[in-house]
Amino acid sequence: MSERVAVRKTYKLFIGGKFPRSESGRSYLVQSSNVSLASRKDARDAVVAARAAVKGWAGATAYNRGQILYRAAEMLEGRREQFVALGIPGDEVDAAVDRWVWYAGWADKLAQVYGGANPVAGPYFNISAPEPTGVVAVVAPERPALLGLVSVIAPAIVTGNTVVVAASATEPLAAVTLAEVLATSDLPGGVVNILTGAITETAPTLAAHMDVNAIDLTGVTDAALATDLEVKAAENLKRVLRPAPADHDWTADPGVAPMTALLETKTVWHPKGV
Amino acid sequence: MFEYAPAPESRSVVDLKPSYGLFIDGKFVDPTDGGSFKSINPASEEVLAEVAEAGAQDVERAVRAARKAYDKVWGPMPGRDRAKYLYRIARLIQERSRELAVLESLDNGKPIRESRDVDLPLVAAHFFYYAGWADKLPHAGFGANPRPIGVAAQVIPWNFPLLMLAWKIAPALAAGNTVVLKPAETTPLTALLFAEICQQAELPAGVVNILTGAGDTGRALVEHPGVDKVAFTGSTDVGRAIARSVAGTSKKLTLELGGKAANIVFDDAPIDQAVEGIVNGIFFNQGHVCCAGSRLLVQENVADRVLESLKRRMAQLRVGDPLDKNTDVGAINSAAQLERIRELSDAGSAEGAERWSPPCDLPDRGFWFAPTIFTGVTQAHRIAREEIFGPVLSVLTFRTPAEAVEKANNTPYGLSAGIWTDKGSRILWMADRLRAGVVWANTFNKFDPTSPFGGYKESGYGREGGRHGLEGYLNV
Amino acid sequence: MTATTTSARSELSELGRSETALRTFLHGLPGVDQVGAEQRAAQLGTRSIKTTAKAQAIDLAIRMVDLTTLEGADTPGKVRALAAKALRPDPADPSCPHVGAVCVYPAMVPYVAEVLRGSGAGSGRPPGGPGQPHGAAPAGLGIVHLASVATAFPSGQAPLEIKLADTRAAVAAGADEIDMVINRGAFLAGRYKEVYDEIVATKEASGDAHLKVILETGELATYDNVRRASWLAMLAGGDFIKTSTGKVPIAATMPVSLVMLEAVRDFREATGRQVGVKPAGGIKTTKDAIKYLVMVNETVGPDWLDPDWFRFGASSLLNDLLMQRTKLTTGTYSGPDYFTLD
Repeated sequence: MSERVAVRKTYKLFIGGKFPRSESGRSYLVQSSNVSLASRKDARDAVVAARAAVKGWAGATAYNRGQILYRAAEMLEGRREQFVALGIPGDEVDAAVDRWVWYAGWADKLAQVYGGANPVAGPYFNISAPEPTGVVAVVAPERPALLGLVSVIAPAIVTGNTVVVAASATEPLAAVTLAEVLATSDLPGGVVNILTGAITETAPTLAAHMDVNAIDLTGVTDAALATDLEVKAAENLKRVLRPAPADHDWTADPGVAPMTALLETKTVWHPKGV
Repeated sequence: MFEYAPAPESRSVVDLKPSYGLFIDGKFVDPTDGGSFKSINPASEEVLAEVAEAGAQDVERAVRAARKAYDKVWGPMPGRDRAKYLYRIARLIQERSRELAVLESLDNGKPIRESRDVDLPLVAAHFFYYAGWADKLPHAGFGANPRPIGVAAQVIPWNFPLLMLAWKIAPALAAGNTVVLKPAETTPLTALLFAEICQQAELPAGVVNILTGAGDTGRALVEHPGVDKVAFTGSTDVGRAIARSVAGTSKKLTLELGGKAANIVFDDAPIDQAVEGIVNGIFFNQGHVCCAGSRLLVQENVADRVLESLKRRMAQLRVGDPLDKNTDVGAINSAAQLERIRELSDAGSAEGAERWSPPCDLPDRGFWFAPTIFTGVTQAHRIAREEIFGPVLSVLTFRTPAEAVEKANNTPYGLSAGIWTDKGSRILWMADRLRAGVVWANTFNKFDPTSPFGGYKESGYGREGGRHGLEGYLNV
Repeated sequence: MTATTTSARSELSELGRSETALRTFLHGLPGVDQVGAEQRAAQLGTRSIKTTAKAQAIDLAIRMVDLTTLEGADTPGKVRALAAKALRPDPADPSCPHVGAVCVYPAMVPYVAEVLRGSGAGSGRPPGGPGQPHGAAPAGLGIVHLASVATAFPSGQAPLEIKLADTRAAVAAGADEIDMVINRGAFLAGRYKEVYDEIVATKEASGDAHLKVILETGELATYDNVRRASWLAMLAGGDFIKTSTGKVPIAATMPVSLVMLEAVRDFREATGRQVGVKPAGGIKTTKDAIKYLVMVNETVGPDWLDPDWFRFGASSLLNDLLMQRTKLTTGTYSGPDYFTLD
């Protein structure tokens, strides 16, 4: 009896809710699979998709975003074995699911914790509320491939940002699989876009892109590259999150800073009168 | 006619020295490797004082003094004691507010009415506000034991010299940092008087250091490796350069940069107050305001009426001697700024916009620019895109709320915006969509120490004021 | 007057025919933001008026005073004395101008008229229809107008016929200015046409006398109402709009007067007809009066800086103006003992 021949998966990019190959037609062999090698053009396409998704995602109610993120956690939990099969430790998958759920719950709470009324010295209603900054480029950590990825995507999108993620170059399969999870949850296309391939190719394009509002350099390990990206980001004054320290503990409580770093504070004044 | 006789505020309350040194480690000292420059009164071009220009070694000395004070005194000091020094400073500012206001008007050119009624009260209030935070930081929402960052390099602009100093120094000190602050080269004098107030308050040496100088001094300061935090208010171009210069370091950066705010007037606006808001939005402080409402977006069906009212109101603006208590619009801060305003205004005319100013006699000496509006402006005009930083308003029209939002947001800046309408739900709809850090609805150019201020996009990042203002000075 | 304003005026004159038309118009006026209006008024109050400008302002303010007594205890003797003071506020200084008018209850009008008649006042108005300014005084002869409150002042709570009779009696007794009160109850209940019709009727009953319409802004409560009532009074033919009776706790304020000044400015723009403004009550000091003059100057301009178009309803204000005037002339602060207390 001959063994069944498996159907292999093609690992593609995730842009605008679809799974295209790199427009360059390139791929690279990693984790025993051919994975799309994203080009600069792919990075630009991903920014366009992310920008197009901002209005709907940022404009959705916080409750709705929370629901959608929670749904994604359900999907993630359901795919546990698939991630384990990719070599992700079960503990890490569990931690990733838990982290995703933790962030999902922040959707309709952060504005209360981080915003509020300001008691100005005059007859004015004055309130500060956080708002998403817009399109966030993210360089995901090389590892832990899943928990690290979830820890940079969830805080960015839960508040209404959309992201273009340069996934771990050495362990990209978790990222593409996460993309499949997101594609089958209710997350609108374009909210999360994932590029696989060389960070040195995609990240500089994202850092220099004038329609990107912020860049999270968490996963950059090369100090010279980090500096170069930060310099490029200065051109349109992107909000910059600097690289995480090498000894960063991904299992620790992340606090609210990963979310608040990608928020704007809008303060609205109005007179009180009759 | 009812002609107002001159009502000059006496300048005898200010005791100016012929020359000033740098304020380092609690003392006024001569520069080691710097030179000096003159600060002039922009309303008369008279020299007010000679001021030291700090060189690289002076920056070194100041950062070292700030570091020592941070390590030995200010960092370890309990919050309640830091609070008391800040309260002292706040009180001293109130007590010497007239002197400070007159000096501010002399050095900056802004009307005494503004420095007296707006700047100084806000300066004192800012110190009072942050004084109270110094011993309450664990309650500020940044963790149970938030720590200061260290030595802050702060570079401030010339438009609100003392107020910007307060916005920088008060939260920095409250959070436990020490500072080296560089005031703008055209307006260094109130910062030096503030240094005297620090002495009077017996603030420990080195907690506040003031380095006067120009761009080179500022660059040396923000690039100094001993600095942990950089805070800058000024132009977007310089902000960009600073963002590049701190790249790859661990310096924390907050930037408050330029703006090109839309002031949006709907057909159901309270017209008379809207006109006041337009005037206040662009002619307050000679338009030297980063959040100035420099683009008037007026609904087309009321544009004629609003413009007519606006012109009538502008004809009442009294331009002239900043020390006259009845002056509404003072002097442009410097020859260079005047040149920039002229250049952009000429571009507006050349690009076909229609220019209008009320009749007004400008003094012969000093730097002056009449309040000006341009009508027939489109989004493509330079005067609709570039920050003029002067008393020049560009008027555009719109037809629908969505078009107003689109035009308002169609700029790389995002500092502030104004909305004028009597319809509450429209205000909230608009406020949600405007990409700006401060939205004034049915008012404009209001400031308060409790209210966070700062921009979206190329207007910078970080917030100053309020609880949010502490974040930039804490390790969070 | 341009063709546009003529047609606008005739369109506006149609409004009074229908409750709906009046309501639609009055509720279509731009709103007033309370905080903004109060800040603007406060800002105007920070002007510093010194030396020559102050002297000029004081004399103008004296000429704008409607020297008023409206007490149950008013007697012929009291009002005669007041009238005499109106003519010569500072007997020691012949250069001191006379006031704008004396303002009394209808029953007191004859006694005041006696005194003022010698001055050429209270003897009827020079030719010129409603809405025209008072005639200039003949050279060397002061004209102090004689204003009478009417229409069941201060509440206005009387049948219309009685209010009109009150008005006619005051005019017959020699008043050349009538200060009427609007029916605030009807206004607040939204019966604008009733208010309008009463003003029209009172205007007619006033004949050649100038009609000042008291809005009693303290009872209208909001600036939106003040703006609407101002327009209503002007549409109905009022020659002046006046803030207050002085008989309710809140009398004239700077922001209320600002809103009224904006209304007369806009009304003239729309119709070509100029209407005067009279803040009354609560204005006690020279400093207050000068703030008002600054506000007039910067809101409606010099056209209104004239006793024909702006008045202060006041009693104690005059003595403070006189004291300040003396101080400017002599350089010495005077005291109340040196000014008559009539």
